[in-house]
Amino acid sequence: MSEETRELSEGHAEEDLMAAIRENIKACMQCGTCTGSCGSAYAMDFTPRQMWRMVQLGMVDEIFNSRTFSLCSSCYYCTLRCPRGLPLTESIHGLKQLAVAKGVAEKKGARFYQTFLDTVRRYGRVREMELMARYFIAMKSPVLPLSFTPLGMKLMMKGKVSPEMPQFFRPGKLDGIFRKVKELEARS
Amino acid sequence: MKYFYYSGCSLEGTALEYDISTRAVMQALGVELIELDDWTCCGASAAEAVSELLSMVLPARNLALAARMDQDCDFVIPCSACYLNLRKVDEHLDRDEGLREKINAVLQEEELSYKGGIKSRHLLDVLATDIGAEMIKAKVNRKLSGLRIAPYYGCQALRPYGGYDDPEEPRCMEPLIEALGAEVHPWPMGAKCCGAGLMTTKKEIALELTGELLKAAKGADCIATVCPMCQMNLDSYQKKVSQVKGEDLRISVLYLPQLIGMAFGLNAEALKLDLNMAYTDSLRTKLKN
Repeated sequence: MSEETRELSEGHAEEDLMAAIRENIKACMQCGTCTGSCGSAYAMDFTPRQMWRMVQLGMVDEIFNSRTFSLCSSCYYCTLRCPRGLPLTESIHGLKQLAVAKGVAEKKGARFYQTFLDTVRRYGRVREMELMARYFIAMKSPVLPLSFTPLGMKLMMKGKVSPEMPQFFRPGKLDGIFRKVKELEARS
Repeated sequence: MKYFYYSGCSLEGTALEYDISTRAVMQALGVELIELDDWTCCGASAAEAVSELLSMVLPARNLALAARMDQDCDFVIPCSACYLNLRKVDEHLDRDEGLREKINAVLQEEELSYKGGIKSRHLLDVLATDIGAEMIKAKVNRKLSGLRIAPYYGCQALRPYGGYDDPEEPRCMEPLIEALGAEVHPWPMGAKCCGAGLMTTKKEIALELTGELLKAAKGADCIATVCPMCQMNLDSYQKKVSQVKGEDLRISVLYLPQLIGMAFGLNAEALKLDLNMAYTDSLRTKLKN
């Protein structure tokens, strides 16, 4: 991950973001419709309903020590069905942003997102093959690439992904935009 | 009929056949697609997990490119995540003046600006609403008779924005499938989640979700998809999912425009059927007869 992308996520005013999420969830009445609608809930340590209560109570450490928010696949069922009309999926995105900013998201998700955005900054578009290669390097896991090898091989044989030389030394296509976003977020 | 066309990154790589078949079908229908030469990534699901502002600016850049072209038309977007991201910009601009200013302050870096007002629409919406089953039926010259197709909509084509179909029990693909001469496989899974990006970060969960979908598709000859992420989760991990679930869950999974193209009589090369990861021999044989 480049310094540019890491700093971008650190530029957030963390407390403001958490306050904004709490404000979003203030009207939650703990009905549990979100939990009943969540395809990943079975694998969570706290259910979505429990997590929103923890947000209301400001239990920040407990929230970020749990894997609940990181298991959201953004299917928007909870948002659709919430009888209070709360922006639940959006609030999970907020929690993911905070996890990255706090550096507590030393998990696959955060690394993947940051590697992804770094290839976007560099080339403007995602180059899937390079993205996965750099994600594996960032994860420093010798076994992770193996679980993707059969798919990678199939994709290469179909000519859908091609190994391209990374271009680390020329200016990134979207450097200006990323720089400006960072600047504005640091100010707010 | 003409639209701005935003293909998105996946359609240049792993979902190349979705891009090529979409263009082929649109051409056959006489729909003009206007390209944006300098388009860039919409931020996918990565930007929103890192920075709120970036997740608005990345799609807005593409809307700004279109605004500069001075053409009065909507966007048509085949990828559900791209569709959600582009549409999100206008949804937020309308209720947040401060955000509008911030987005434009960033776009100024590239001498671009966006005031809002360009409609972002999913390919499925355009096919079902603007083009419609009748117009598609009129172009069919090789009916897909005897084929049973499970319509799969996925999440982000319908939620949170949608508006063109029921977000819980979508039906809009059914008249299109029937227009091709095929039969609809009735199943309750059309709007359920395939696990999306969890296939990369939390594989065991995505395999579970995908497994439930593939199980419910039993009895169909093919699943029809309208999203490159759904397609990949459904077609590329079938062996693994079959292992996890302890039963053979292999099934053909094709993009909706590929199925439409087949019924239009377009050949396998024009629809890039050789690029699909799950196009089974039994379906090939059935289509030949």
